[in-house]
Amino acid sequence: MKQFKGRPVVAGKCTADALVSRGGFNTLASFQGALQFGEIPILGNKYKQTECDDQNNKDLYRKPMLNKALCLPQTIGSTTGGMVLYCAKSLGKSPACLLFSEHIDSLAAAGAILAANFCDTPMVTVDCLGQEFLDYVQDGMKITVDEDGTVTVE
Amino acid sequence: MDYKMTLTPEQETLLNGSRGDAVAKVMKTLVMYGEAFGAEKMVPVTSEKGHLVTSFGLKVMKPVYDLMDTLIEGNAISKQKFSVDPKPIDPNVPAGFLENIVFNKLMYSMQDSYDAQLTKLGLIDKNSYTCACYLDEVGNKPAKGEILSWAESSAVVYANSVLGARCNRNSGIIELFGSITGFVPYFGLLTDEGRKATWVVEVNTTKKPEAQVLGSAIGMKVMEDVPYVKGLDKWLGTELDGDACAYLKDFGAATASNGAVGLYHIANLTPEAKEQGEALIAENAKVYVIDDAELKRVQNEYPVMWKNPDGKPQLCFVGCPHLSLAQLNEWTDNVAEGLKKNGLKKVSVPTVFTSAPGVIEKFNKTEKAKVLKDCGVILSYICPLMYMNNPLCKSKNVITCSNKLRTYTTSRYYRSEQILDIITKEVK
Repeated sequence: MKQFKGRPVVAGKCTADALVSRGGFNTLASFQGALQFGEIPILGNKYKQTECDDQNNKDLYRKPMLNKALCLPQTIGSTTGGMVLYCAKSLGKSPACLLFSEHIDSLAAAGAILAANFCDTPMVTVDCLGQEFLDYVQDGMKITVDEDGTVTVE
Repeated sequence: MDYKMTLTPEQETLLNGSRGDAVAKVMKTLVMYGEAFGAEKMVPVTSEKGHLVTSFGLKVMKPVYDLMDTLIEGNAISKQKFSVDPKPIDPNVPAGFLENIVFNKLMYSMQDSYDAQLTKLGLIDKNSYTCACYLDEVGNKPAKGEILSWAESSAVVYANSVLGARCNRNSGIIELFGSITGFVPYFGLLTDEGRKATWVVEVNTTKKPEAQVLGSAIGMKVMEDVPYVKGLDKWLGTELDGDACAYLKDFGAATASNGAVGLYHIANLTPEAKEQGEALIAENAKVYVIDDAELKRVQNEYPVMWKNPDGKPQLCFVGCPHLSLAQLNEWTDNVAEGLKKNGLKKVSVPTVFTSAPGVIEKFNKTEKAKVLKDCGVILSYICPLMYMNNPLCKSKNVITCSNKLRTYTTSRYYRSEQILDIITKEVK
């Protein structure tokens, strides 16, 4: 077990299994399939589980993101990113929380803050957890986030 | 709410509800957004017009439409008129019966009602749908130093780098919030410090590098940092003429979509690099050297997403971001010449060129419009990325010279000269 102290961008408590992207997380590319086709039963279960659709993300491609503790350096790509995160949260298709090793980027911050102000429940978001956090955490590890930005990985 | 930044009396009254609850919530969101980046103040948006990224009436984006309704009902209307990204569908672009059902019934069924919402919120007019709003024919071209509240990664990076305007990589919705209040938080690319380059990129190629591959390589390397690019003026010259601007438009789009670049400086070419030179480079900037082998390595690593990698191309898109008039003219000449050389009358792969409505209108008044039509090329205002999001279109073998389109879809990337070669020769 190891603890890391970050900065709560959207404070809250959360427990979930880790899902780790070592490189930049492209929000639009990752969520586009789940958001557009998640309600179409003939397309199978993968979109319901919010499977990552980003073919360029070798860590996450085709892995379910729903209710995971998404651990990442930053988000990249289209400036629809924040809006996509907001929609994912509103529609119940988002990760449980976002844990950034680096300072949060402008697109992810927008998504997290929009969700905090316009959704029923916030998407807990912590940044500045450090490279050591990203080096340590592995897919499937249990993550517990506290209000003050302390992240416990076990 | 608790906040650390200093607000002017006007900003404070907005936060306290002087323009109603909806604007107060919008202001609160902007203050929280700024505080996440240590912004100490909000500054006025000084550009005449805004630009929004979200143009598509996707059925699933109900939370956005609900939010827009809340804004409209709360009279939280944009203080500035705005353009918006391209429309997702155009009946002129080839699509089968089933594909059209998916487009119109399952995907973009909210397009008309969303267009109506945009009009109420401040859309300039029905021709204002393009990702390249800064083109002369569109007319949303900010001046150097102006503060913007824009989104659309390719437009933001162009406005910052080529025009010298100041804009953060705002997300969709946040950019509208800035236009509604007339203020944006002061941080990042709005500040002199945030515009310093933390990477030096040395371009040592033996020929002019393909804009889309060079931008891709730099984006993947520097992510959201600011690169100062040396050696590109050798190929582009030292004046921002039409060719240089078109090159930088495509280069920037690739840096922004393959990474998260919001600003780049090109030595001896872009406005701030010309003014300040290497004083723009931050201490301890990292160095990335790009030569022919590095560009080849980058292109070779693009995954091929076609089900049958040896299949024949079924559709070709050129123009993501939208083509400038000069690019449209050049592509028309090149296609006509290529077909003539190869003894063909029409392109061998169904091909769509995309551009802004204003550019298309102007192009259609020239003689080249007939030349392009006779070559069998379709000219459209569509967003090819939105077209490719149709799961039925995903299974088509689509080729493109856009690195942005490659990144977000199953389309296969080829350099411009390769695309020209493919579409003007018999498909084997």
